[in-house]
Amino acid sequence: MATYSTNEFKSGLKIMLDGDPYSIIENEFVKPGKGQAFNRVRMRNLKTGRVLEKTFKSGDTVEGADVVDTDMQYLYSDGEFWHFMVPDTFEQHAAGEAAVADAMKWLKEQDMCIVTLWNGVPLSVSPPNFVELKVTQCDPGLRGDTATGGTKPATVETGAVVKVPLFLNEGDTIRIDTRTGEYVSRA
Amino acid sequence: MNDWRPGAERALLERRARMLIGIRAFFSERGVLEVETPILSAAGATDPQLASFRLDTPDGPRWLHTSPEFPMKRLLAAGSGDIYQLCRVFRAGEAGVRHNPEFTLLEWYRQGFSVRQLMDELEALVQRLAAERLDGPTEHVSYRDAFLRHAGFDPLDADVTDCRAHATRLQLGFDGELDRDGWLDLILSLAVAPRFPPDRLTFLYDYPASQAALARIRPDDPRVAVRFELFWGELELANGFHELADAAEQRHRFEVDNARRRSEGLSEVAIDERLLAALAHGLPDCSGVALGVDRLFQRISGKTSIGEVMAFDWSRA
Repeated sequence: MATYSTNEFKSGLKIMLDGDPYSIIENEFVKPGKGQAFNRVRMRNLKTGRVLEKTFKSGDTVEGADVVDTDMQYLYSDGEFWHFMVPDTFEQHAAGEAAVADAMKWLKEQDMCIVTLWNGVPLSVSPPNFVELKVTQCDPGLRGDTATGGTKPATVETGAVVKVPLFLNEGDTIRIDTRTGEYVSRA
Repeated sequence: MNDWRPGAERALLERRARMLIGIRAFFSERGVLEVETPILSAAGATDPQLASFRLDTPDGPRWLHTSPEFPMKRLLAAGSGDIYQLCRVFRAGEAGVRHNPEFTLLEWYRQGFSVRQLMDELEALVQRLAAERLDGPTEHVSYRDAFLRHAGFDPLDADVTDCRAHATRLQLGFDGELDRDGWLDLILSLAVAPRFPPDRLTFLYDYPASQAALARIRPDDPRVAVRFELFWGELELANGFHELADAAEQRHRFEVDNARRRSEGLSEVAIDERLLAALAHGLPDCSGVALGVDRLFQRISGKTSIGEVMAFDWSRA
């Protein structure tokens, strides 16, 4: 893997630190006019999601992390692993629970996701920004109530619970923004 | 491609131009002469912490100046009297929200001034250009007191092991190795300066002797140099000295710099023999200061990035 000098650090660069892969969020050059130059770097641990602030001597080098984002289709879960496939090559990858984490409740079979691979192994899964899911359970719809702005909880086919407008019924398909977990519209 | 456009808005460029007029008026009123000296010189800054751009010319290597200090001192030694210069200077590898590898420096020298008098004059200039953005009186604090107050230790007593322990205690997120001055720089930048009052000026003076650069050592306390810096909030704006006039001491400091360059694998920089000859001839007793004009304007205009106060920053140059 390539090494990177602090002057190549920029947002999105993936580096290794203490055995973990990190993604750089922000890199600030700090230097007194007559003194030692440093780089103050905010970065996210790609395994834990934790954000860390580190200081490097300018010009120091670190090893790059072999981290790539790949578009994959979600196939199925066997309860222990979630299986994904690269459509072009039919290459399959199995992601464990830690990697799927929050994405789990939005994954519908056949949907396209971004799977982040570290050294060829799934590190994290990002669901599509918008998913269309069927409501499997909610209170009966209030006919004609499209204006009061009230909401009720609805369970969708993946098991997630979303706040929806009062007029929706079981069996309706809705569009959800997975970044906020909010209902967008009827699909 | 949209980066042909300037980074600063037209209204900001007008304010910048007015600021430059204000600076020239300030010095004209005080009888300080504006001068221009070469940007490309046969000698350069030996300071290992400064990287000069080097050009190969038919007449041998030339260095783009990192400040106009050496030729301005030659003018002083030749009897110029008080002088100032507004010019572009160059420092390789320094880029970020507070740094641009090419920037505007205002540098001036006052004969017979103590650093205290020069600090007062610098404050008067900044007050005139930026009074409406400043809130409250200017602070004056020694390097030692600032560390005692904000970092909890005496920097003049601390050796490299002490400094490393204090940096660890202060949780500055740094794991590598540094020399004593490197640790002090780290602690100043990340623990001390960020605690200066945000909308006020702070003068930090009496730097450790190991960071004298081109300043005299204080005769009554050889642990410190007669050097100061000006900060606006945590942003460093200016650096000043009671100028070293001893040619032998100056040559020694240049040689120490180049020895350190060799040991760190950096290329050596030609020593300015003409400056040394001028010092040997006699530099009038004087104090001098250099002010980062873009940074001052960054604070005056409230912009977060230096690229927003220049027509074209490094990424658009």
